[in-house]
Amino acid sequence: MSLTKSELKMMSEFVLKTGDLTGYYRGTFGVVHAVDGVSLTIKKGEILGLAGESGCGKSTFTQLLTGTPVPLLHYESGKVEVEGIDIWNTPAEELRKEVKCKLLSYVPQSALNALNPTLRLRKFVADMLRERTGQKCSPNEAREFLAEHFRALNLDEHVLDRYPHELSGGMRQRAVIAISTYAKPSLLLTDEPTSSLDVASQKRLIEMLLSLHRTGMIKSMMISSHDICALRQLCDRIAIMYAGKLVEEGTTDDIINNPVHPYTTLLLDSLLPLEHLSKDEKFKIIEGRPPDLRHPPPGCRFHPRCPQRTDICTFKMPPAVEKDGRSFSCWLYSKGELGDG
Amino acid sequence: MDKYEVLIVENLTKYYTSGYILTKKILGAENVSFNLRKREVFSIVGESGSGKSTVAKIILRLINPTSGKIYLDGKDVFSFDKKAYWRRVQGVFQDPYSTFNHFYTVDKPLMDAFSLLEKTSSKNKKYSKTERQEIIRSILEKIGMNPDEILGRYPHQISGGQMQRLLIARSLIIAPDILLADEPTSMTDASTRVAILRELLRLKEEGMAVLFITHDVGQAYHISDRAAVMKDGRIVEIGSSEDVFFHPQHPYTKNLVASVPKLHIKWNA
Repeated sequence: MSLTKSELKMMSEFVLKTGDLTGYYRGTFGVVHAVDGVSLTIKKGEILGLAGESGCGKSTFTQLLTGTPVPLLHYESGKVEVEGIDIWNTPAEELRKEVKCKLLSYVPQSALNALNPTLRLRKFVADMLRERTGQKCSPNEAREFLAEHFRALNLDEHVLDRYPHELSGGMRQRAVIAISTYAKPSLLLTDEPTSSLDVASQKRLIEMLLSLHRTGMIKSMMISSHDICALRQLCDRIAIMYAGKLVEEGTTDDIINNPVHPYTTLLLDSLLPLEHLSKDEKFKIIEGRPPDLRHPPPGCRFHPRCPQRTDICTFKMPPAVEKDGRSFSCWLYSKGELGDG
Repeated sequence: MDKYEVLIVENLTKYYTSGYILTKKILGAENVSFNLRKREVFSIVGESGSGKSTVAKIILRLINPTSGKIYLDGKDVFSFDKKAYWRRVQGVFQDPYSTFNHFYTVDKPLMDAFSLLEKTSSKNKKYSKTERQEIIRSILEKIGMNPDEILGRYPHQISGGQMQRLLIARSLIIAPDILLADEPTSMTDASTRVAILRELLRLKEEGMAVLFITHDVGQAYHISDRAAVMKDGRIVEIGSSEDVFFHPQHPYTKNLVASVPKLHIKWNA
């Protein structure tokens, strides 16, 4: 089978492509439709931020991309392609050996607790390298192997000689990211890397992620976070999720300075950045709470909380509209397009 | 009398010691002095390990200081009976998950708050169960929570943000003069965070003195009237929040403020 030129171009242009990705949690609590038809692409060399309130599906989406979701989370339909490899049609063993770490690394939210408390980091790394490469690796070899990578990231290589409890939270987070990027994967997925860190360690972590990108070690990243100020410093593009759907996506500047979707506007208004705000700009809240995704509301999922809702929002899901390099789904702006179609 | 100083903290120093013969000293806080005025939110900002929680714990009398004095209405805090003191000073802590006992419904800590009221009441006032429930319901409604959604549930059934607000509700039952809020907005997202901050502001309007402890500089700036920045157990800068965060003098504060990611400005852009 030969590929057409445009197909080849598509393959080379995007590091990640998802099409209508859908996944759900099933347990005694019922079926939770946590991610519902998300289509997203990340170009090579791009850093994408994924933002939204907690419970909007950021972490679930990220886990579905890895092909190995947590218990209770199930993949339903849709496509995930990382560097052209169809993640959900790849055998688990091949996924583990050939894709993970080499093409795709995932640093979960609980990365702080990902290290083994009974082992020095170098032993932990040795175990990991042995698993990955299938070759024997002593802790000292592992230390030598990673020391250079650590130095390149401005991390003290002596961290490798420590036990996890000897390191601060920020240091542990940075060490985990450093370890998981040793093979220089094409795509790094990190879930809430900066939350639960204080200002100084947050800055160090952001700088480390930026230097990973600048030096070309990691070309593309997806960072999910509810801290939009941190994403501002990191990302080229931002995607906003709400209740398992993608509501808006665009360049960082567009999203922050010129949001289109009412949810994005409200989300940005609820932030308290260290900037002068007038009295009525301060302390704005989004009324109501995210919906129970066992029974998602009909129509636009944001309509019960939306101050600008119209009748159509309550029963029909707005289609995703692409315009000027950004995409959004909201009836406020789709009416014209609806007439055309 | 509107702005009088309810709480005065003078040269508070705390060394944590460990070991028995070869004792090791770790500095918790050193020469911390500030005062807290009525109808005011005062913030203490610092990195982890800067000693902000140590100060909060000493003020709440959960640990004893190595030296230093604290005065409540001009009276030495350590001369108060603890129960009588807690009637006037209450705290909300950063980790709501560890505050609730997972074997009981969330009503229990709220109900238990009344026993402090009964013990310190001069008129020997007793609250019956229905009276307690009525008060709890009215307070929850006042802070914008739906009591039917919350009461009778177990801690794992409600969110972290709801727990935090329940803890604020708990302290409202006691109606203290001073509320210590130690990272009350950790583990909540932007919208819930604002709801909690609004609640603190409302309490301030009602005349309470709020000591707000956080590492989030943005929040501290927006909520507080005055603020102090702590570093390695010492206060490095203190003043009005506008001065501290927008015209910092101390190099550490300058650096801290510069490290905060802004929404509209990109670093080294």
